[in-house]
Amino acid sequence: MAAEAEVIDGPDILKEWVGKGRVFSKTFNPELYHEVQQFVFREARLQDIHDYDAWEELWSDDAIYWVPANGTDTDPERDMSLIYDNRSRISLRIRQLKTGRRHSQTPPSQLARVVSNFELIESDNNDIKVMCNAQIFETNLRGDTMWASRNEYSLRRINGELKMAYKKVVLINNNKPIYTLSFLV
Amino acid sequence: MEQYVHSKWKKLIQPGMVHGSLYYDDEIFKEEVEKIWFRTWVYVGHVSEVPNVNDFVTKSIGPMPVLMVRDRNGEIQLLLNRCPHRGNAVCVQEKGNRARFTCPYHSWTFSNSGELMNYAFPEGYEGTDKSKLGLSKVPRIAIYRGFVFGSMAQEGPTLEEHLGGARRTIDQLCDNSPTGEIEISAGFLRHRTRANWKFILENECDGYHPGFVHSSIFSVSDSAIGSLYGNDAVAVTRSFGNGHTEVDPRPEFRRRGEPLSWFGTTTERLPEYTRQMKEAYGEERAREIMIDGSPHVMIFPNLFIAEIQIFVIQPVSANESIQHSTAIQFKGAPDINRRLRQQTMGSVGPAGFLLADDTEMYERNQRGLEIRDPEYLYLKRGEHRERRDEDGFLIGHSTDDLPSREIWRHYLSIMEAE
Ligand code: FES
Ligand SMILES: [Fe+2]
Repeated sequence: MAAEAEVIDGPDILKEWVGKGRVFSKTFNPELYHEVQQFVFREARLQDIHDYDAWEELWSDDAIYWVPANGTDTDPERDMSLIYDNRSRISLRIRQLKTGRRHSQTPPSQLARVVSNFELIESDNNDIKVMCNAQIFETNLRGDTMWASRNEYSLRRINGELKMAYKKVVLINNNKPIYTLSFLV
Repeated sequence: MEQYVHSKWKKLIQPGMVHGSLYYDDEIFKEEVEKIWFRTWVYVGHVSEVPNVNDFVTKSIGPMPVLMVRDRNGEIQLLLNRCPHRGNAVCVQEKGNRARFTCPYHSWTFSNSGELMNYAFPEGYEGTDKSKLGLSKVPRIAIYRGFVFGSMAQEGPTLEEHLGGARRTIDQLCDNSPTGEIEISAGFLRHRTRANWKFILENECDGYHPGFVHSSIFSVSDSAIGSLYGNDAVAVTRSFGNGHTEVDPRPEFRRRGEPLSWFGTTTERLPEYTRQMKEAYGEERAREIMIDGSPHVMIFPNLFIAEIQIFVIQPVSANESIQHSTAIQFKGAPDINRRLRQQTMGSVGPAGFLLADDTEMYERNQRGLEIRDPEYLYLKRGEHRERRDEDGFLIGHSTDDLPSREIWRHYLSIMEAE
């Protein structure tokens, strides 16, 4: 069937949500896959239990933490994003949470997230690029909220350890009004 | 009957005291939709959101969506997105560029100024007057310095009359742009809030809360905002009438006398912007503008200009609202614009250092009202020290409840009217 060989472009309206085309890695390196998964699971756990210091440790010095609004491949240098933090703003975010007076996290959200559908994508530098999906259940004073996102990471090996140089969280409903999102997503 | 209506509102809204039901009662909400949202001037959008011919963007008046369009003649139109045939939406895209809107149900097609151009199988409509079957429009539209307002009432005060003294604040904002124009071009963050819209409205010029609600971020960053809202602050709150209120920090900034101190920076750090400002306004005036900074004003009922960003408050139901927020951009001033966006992204929206906590307060207030005793909220702070400024506007200390009292006074006058 001809369709198998072609790359079928979705309609533009879909692209806004799925984002630009990405080349997914076809070679399978079980060790790397395992290591990357363990890293992301650990990150998820630190976020769920609000271990702010340990989470901050995961970032590289030049990190970018990006949660776009109104689409997937928006331009964070032009368009409003929910979060567009460089390394120093990540640390400000953590310091605010740690004051204990970040009211929207006092008491902190109770969280459990599931991260799945890991795929490595081709990288044009030494960073390891990975995509996965996440679902987060949050309960707090307001009530229960479900969050869902498509996440993208650039991981870098620094002194033998993986660090996050880039994390992008595309909330599936980021074009709609959403409730306060002050836990680490 | 008249007498009864009269006394109902007078009972709910007393000097410095408002009844809790004003924030949760569904019937009151419905009445607000009719008397406030579908009658007075409501902010809809900014002309820069539809820069090109045939651009459109979905906005709202109260809970109702509105299409703001720049039609093929370059005119701004406010169209209602309801097919006159059987009510379908003629456009389900948030924004885009289109000369025509075609209803997907039976293919009626409208121009982007609302006229019905044609329908499928026209033989079935023999003798029908097409000109009566166009898209409805918001009856009145008026634009002040690029800010587009709509009113669902056929008649009423003009926009300029409605804005009154608050026009100064919009002028003050535009003066901060070297071109005299601002742009709303970065897209909106939309923050869903389980609270009545008036909690948001009243908080915008509430100078009593920042030192407490935002102490977490003030204590870890070197923000100078805190000093505007302390006990010794010289900043004032002001009421312009018609429900418009501001926090005016200019006395504090004039005391400091440092250009761009309002923005937490200096002219050295924004050399290009500073040069443009001097070129546009002359040395002295540019310095004055850059000392005074941008306003902090709540234009009743839904436009909050918060120095570097705007918020548009949208009511959904008695217990739910949406805050739309975005950075203000000064047309033609890229070096300050990036900082305006960065600072806005840090502060506002669902994950913002400030707004996440303000919103937490609105939601807790809303839940608090489920407790029915006391019946009234207490808004008397600073009643004894209200005074008039040289223009005759009521002013108070920056931490006083004066803005709330004045909003409610205006609210009462609207809700009492038939
Ligand atoms: S409902 Fe629009 S054409 Fe019938
Ligand atoms: Fe606030």
